[in-house]
Amino acid sequence: MNDEVLIIGGRTFSNRLFTGTGKFADNRLIAGMLASSGSQMITVALRRVDLSAGGDNILDHIPKTVTLLPNTSGARTAGEAVRIARIAREAGCGDFIKIEVITDTKYLMPDNYETLQATEILAKEGFVVLPYVLPDLPLAKRLENAGAAAVMPLGAPIGSNRGLETASLIALLVENCHVPVVVDAGIGRPSHAAAAMEMGADAVLVNTAIATAQDPVAMGRAFSLAVAAGRMAFLAHMAETSALARASSPLTGFLNAVENECHSTRP
Amino acid sequence: MSFYQTIAAYEVFDFDAFFARTEGADVVRALNREKLEAIDFLTLLSPAAMAFLEPMAQKSRQLTVQHFGRTIQLFIPLYIANQCANQCAYCGFNRANAIQRRRLTLDEIEAEARAIAATGMRHLLVLTGEARETTPMEYLQATVRLLKKHFASVAIEMFPMQEAEYRRLKEAGADGLTLYQEVYDREIYRKVHLAGPKTDYRFRLDAPERGARAGFRAVNLGALIGLGEKRREVFFTGLHARYLDDRYLATEIGVSLPRFNPAEGDFQPRFPADDREFVQFLVALRLFLPRAAITVSTRERAAFRDRLIHLGATRFSAGSCTGVGGYAQPERRETPQFEISDTRGVDQVVRAIAAQGYQPVYKDWDRIA
Repeated sequence: MNDEVLIIGGRTFSNRLFTGTGKFADNRLIAGMLASSGSQMITVALRRVDLSAGGDNILDHIPKTVTLLPNTSGARTAGEAVRIARIAREAGCGDFIKIEVITDTKYLMPDNYETLQATEILAKEGFVVLPYVLPDLPLAKRLENAGAAAVMPLGAPIGSNRGLETASLIALLVENCHVPVVVDAGIGRPSHAAAAMEMGADAVLVNTAIATAQDPVAMGRAFSLAVAAGRMAFLAHMAETSALARASSPLTGFLNAVENECHSTRP
Repeated sequence: MSFYQTIAAYEVFDFDAFFARTEGADVVRALNREKLEAIDFLTLLSPAAMAFLEPMAQKSRQLTVQHFGRTIQLFIPLYIANQCANQCAYCGFNRANAIQRRRLTLDEIEAEARAIAATGMRHLLVLTGEARETTPMEYLQATVRLLKKHFASVAIEMFPMQEAEYRRLKEAGADGLTLYQEVYDREIYRKVHLAGPKTDYRFRLDAPERGARAGFRAVNLGALIGLGEKRREVFFTGLHARYLDDRYLATEIGVSLPRFNPAEGDFQPRFPADDREFVQFLVALRLFLPRAAITVSTRERAAFRDRLIHLGATRFSAGSCTGVGGYAQPERRETPQFEISDTRGVDQVVRAIAAQGYQPVYKDWDRIA
C-alpha cells in the first residue's frame, strides 16, 4: 500500500499534520513539538511576529526545513488580508499564505466572501494560497478556479476542540475538490484528526489542542501518529460499517438448515 | 437601543433577596452550564458561590487556556496630560486637587515613546484627563499618529467622545478603546462625580458602543471596584460586555477589574473588595464571557497578580507610570492618577509570567495601513 506524497505549492509533504505557533506557554516548545511530530508545515500569525525588534521572535524557533505558512489573522477584509500577505512575503516569510478573514470575533467564523476575494488577488500575484473557510462546496470550487493551492475547511469553531462537527459538509469537499483538503480548526483530540484522515482529508492543521496540552511535545507526536493511522486506514479502504451487529451465528440461519432438512426428507 | 435599557430593566430587581435565596445547588447548576445566562452569572457572583471558588477557578482556567493558550498579553500606559474639567471624588486628577498640571508636547511624547519602546513593549495605552481645551482633537490625532510609529498597537483611554471623534482617532491609528463607567449605580455615580462633563452618566455609558460603531477592533470596559455595591457592579460590567458582544461581532470586547486604590486625597471606598471576592469576580467574569480579554493592572500587588495568571487574567500592564510622562525622565515623575502596587519593571514582570509557565506576549497586532 503506497501513499502518494502530498504536494502543495510545488512542495512535497510526507507528513500530513500541519501545526501552528499560537498559545504556547513558551516559544521554545515549538521546536520540540516540530521535532516530535515531524510536522513539515507550520502556520504563524504575522501579527505575532515582531519584524522590528531584536527580542524573542517566533520565527527563530522554526527550523528552515519546515515550510512557513504565515496567516492573515486579524484581517477583517480581503484588502487587509492582501496587505498582510504582501508584508509577509516582503519580510522573507515565503510565498505560502493562509488566508484567514474573520469579521466575527464572537464565534470566529471565517468570512467566505472576503476570503474568496483575497484568494483571487493573491493567487494572481503568485502566492500559494490556502484559504480557511466554512465548508461550502460551491465556494470551494470557486476557490479552486481562483487558483487556491488547497482549501482548509473548519471542523468546528477555532479553539473549540469540538472535533468534526461539519463532517458531512467536509465529505462533499473531499469527494469533489481537485486541490488538497486540509481540515483546520476545532480538532481537539488525536482521534478527531484520525477521523478526518479516514474520511479522506489530505491533511489536518492542529494548533490549540497541541499548544495547550500539558505536554505539547508529546501531544504533537500523538497527533502525528493519529494522522498517519487515519491516512493508512483511508488508503486500506475500511470495511463498511453497519448500524446493527452482524452476529457470527445469525438468527435466521436455521431457515437454511430447515430447508435443507426438508429437501433431504422429501421422498 | 442602548445598554441603558438593560440596566433600567434591573431597577426593580431585588438583588439582596436574590442573593439571600441563592443556595449551593443553584451555584452548581450555574457552574455546569455550557453557556451562562445573566441569571447564572449573578448566581456565580452571589455570596453563596464563594464556597465554590475552587471549582469555579478550575473551570475558569480551563476556558482561559482553551481560548488564549498559556499567554499573557502585555501593555503599558502613557499619560500625556492631567488637566481635567471633572471633579471625581476618588481621582488624583480631580480638578479641585492642587497638583501640578501638565500636557506633554509632541517632542516630549516622542521621547517617552522611545524610552518605552526600549523596554520591548509594543502595545501602548495612551491616557489623558478630560479637558477638551488643553487636549483638543488635533492634538490627540497628532499624538496617536506619532505613537503609531513606535508601537504595534495604540489604544486610547480618554474622555467619552462622539462617534465621529472616535473615527478620527481610529483613522489616526488607534485600534483599541478603553473606557470605564467607574460605577454603574446611577445614584452613586451622581454622588462621586461632583462636577464637569463626566456628570453625564448616559453619555459615558453609551461611549463604548459608539466606539464599537466607529470600528475600534477592541473595546475594553470596567467598573472601579469599591465605588458601588461590588457584586452588582461586576454583574453590570459583564452584562455591558455581553450586550456589546451580541451586537458588534467585529469588535473584541474585553473587561478590566480595576480595584480601588488610594489616589491623591482621602477618598474611602464604601464597598472595598478583598482578595477572595476579587478572585470570585474574575472567575465569574471568565465563566460568563469565555472569550473576553480580562485585564488586571498594576493596581494589584505583584504576588497576587502572578496568581491571577492561572485564574483567567489575560492582559497585564507592566512597568507602569500613572503620572504624566515619567518614562523618559523618571526623576521627574508627577503626581499619579492612582497609586500602583506592582512596581516591578517590564523585565521583572516578564520573568514572573514565564516562571508561572506562561508566555508573555509583547505583540499581537499590526495595523495594516
